[in-house]
Amino acid sequence: MRYLLRRAAFYAVALWAAVTLNFALPRMMPGNPMQVLVAKFRGRINPDALYAYAKLFGLDRHVSLWAQYWQYIGQLLHGNLGVSLGLYPETVSAALMQALPWTLFLLGLSTLISFILGTLLGMVSAWRRGSFLDAVAPTVFTLTGSFPYFWLALLLLYFFAFQLPWFPLGHAYGSSTSGWSFANLPDILYHAVLPALTIVVTSIGGWLLSMRNNMINTLSEEYVKVAKAKGLSDRRIMMTYAARNAILPNVTSFALSLGFILSGAILTEVVFSYPGLGYTLFQAVGNMDYPMMQGALLLIALAVLVANFIADLVYVKLDPRARQG
Amino acid sequence: MQIMALDPPPRQDMGAGRTRKKKGLLTRAAPFLRNRKAVSGAVLLVFFLFIAVFAPLLTKINPDSTAFMPLQPPSAAHPLGTTSMGQDVFSQFVWGTQSSLFVGVVAGVGAMVLSVLVGMLSGYIGGVVDEVLQLITNIFLIIPGLPLVIVLAAVLPFGGNLPMIIVIVLTGWAWGARVLRSQVLTMRELPYVESAKMGGESAWNIVFRELLPNMISLIFANLLFSILYAVLTAAGLQFLGLGDLKAVNWGTMLYWSDTEGALLSGAWWWFVPPGLSIALLGAGLSLLNYAVDELTNPKLRSLPLRLRALRRRRAS
Repeated sequence: MRYLLRRAAFYAVALWAAVTLNFALPRMMPGNPMQVLVAKFRGRINPDALYAYAKLFGLDRHVSLWAQYWQYIGQLLHGNLGVSLGLYPETVSAALMQALPWTLFLLGLSTLISFILGTLLGMVSAWRRGSFLDAVAPTVFTLTGSFPYFWLALLLLYFFAFQLPWFPLGHAYGSSTSGWSFANLPDILYHAVLPALTIVVTSIGGWLLSMRNNMINTLSEEYVKVAKAKGLSDRRIMMTYAARNAILPNVTSFALSLGFILSGAILTEVVFSYPGLGYTLFQAVGNMDYPMMQGALLLIALAVLVANFIADLVYVKLDPRARQG
Repeated sequence: MQIMALDPPPRQDMGAGRTRKKKGLLTRAAPFLRNRKAVSGAVLLVFFLFIAVFAPLLTKINPDSTAFMPLQPPSAAHPLGTTSMGQDVFSQFVWGTQSSLFVGVVAGVGAMVLSVLVGMLSGYIGGVVDEVLQLITNIFLIIPGLPLVIVLAAVLPFGGNLPMIIVIVLTGWAWGARVLRSQVLTMRELPYVESAKMGGESAWNIVFRELLPNMISLIFANLLFSILYAVLTAAGLQFLGLGDLKAVNWGTMLYWSDTEGALLSGAWWWFVPPGLSIALLGAGLSLLNYAVDELTNPKLRSLPLRLRALRRRRAS
């Protein structure tokens, strides 16, 4: 319990840091952000949107930075992320809420697949040291793990959507269907194949290699020898003796590497025009849509924090030492 | 791939460096040369370093020159063909290698220096300093890097490589700091450190004169990882069109090939070389990284060939 409380306190501080960073970002721009915006858009910007933006960030009045800061936090607490400059008059929170499920779906699906596959492959290749699988799998997935996400995405797109028209060229669903419903699931899955494959192929190597290394360490432990001496079946030793302990560090790195995978997913979303948070963020950057950028960044940070907390809960469940500590 | 850097080498290796007698360079390099991962990683790295260093000798064509026939497939005059704007892809690739490696190495070294400073001082000094530095490290670890980098790149005035390098260093140091800190924690109580402390050495001296030399392999692994992160992040940003689009590097090559529809016109010679180079350089760096891991952690080494043959015979 104390462990979880400590973690919760840490996430609170991290969230505060993310919020503060978000507050500081538009203010780090040289010069007056309003003037920059007006100059960038050369009159194409909606004056109402500009006014709403100025008001949200306290740029219209000469209030102290400190007062602006509290005002910003107050607005965040009310869930007010402002109005999008690019998609005016849509609010930032509405646009982000539309994008969030897609990212959760794509990232969740592919991370789960890659975690399970990688961990299993790592387990088996450590168990069969020096076998064909142990020689090939780590090498191949080291290589694919170094592929830049966006380049692999481009290649898959080129071969399996363009040369061989097996899969769609992008987007999360076809023109006939829209949004989430059970009936649309086949279509949604069909559109998710290539983006998910990109993320799985590039992230599987990490799980595989760390599981293999952990497993090699646990396999040389005394209790594994004892289990062997007792004449337990190989399968039982591998699964319930060695792998069970070897998987613990993988759960921790699962949480930590989520940020990395998320970064990759952003690039993947951009290549496939997949309407998730990454694509939204990318479009916001192109539109100089500061409220949207800030909102997306905050939501991504929040999502990673929540995912980490869930990983902590799992860890506590798996490792009795964490429960006491 | 990032997870690997976390595994600290075993403790028993640490004190050994001091008592070991000086050996010739060749005997010391022998385990490295016998390790297949190390050799293939080094070969890949040297290949790209060679291109970067000898760029002016490898091509005489200006990478910005648009004087050629557009979208030509590879030929004798243009070994990697031309772009849709009539630039020579080989020349762009050669100069792009130089630019991408430069950003990768400078930002990688910067991130490594920062993580050595933060990680080692925090681990050695302990107490409140450690708590604060650890908190900052963990926050940087948990806040996803790329979205932050994208927003920073959009907000900061981007010209030249410097802002990009700064942004990459700021988001890339935390992993290393964490690894190095935990290693220092295991070494802090070793007799030779204690005796240096008794001898009245300053904390700075103990950390950088006594501890640092024994952590070189870990720091080297950390450097490889930082460079990999820097190369990938820079290429990702440039591919998104953030950064200087007029510059020639792997990322902007991919950006232009993508926006100019090289994919749809089948101009593979345009988008394959930069992407494949990033992948190969990345593979080289991770192979070296694993090799360092294996060489410092004997448990992980591949089984000797004889044992493997024995096993195979028994199996069949």
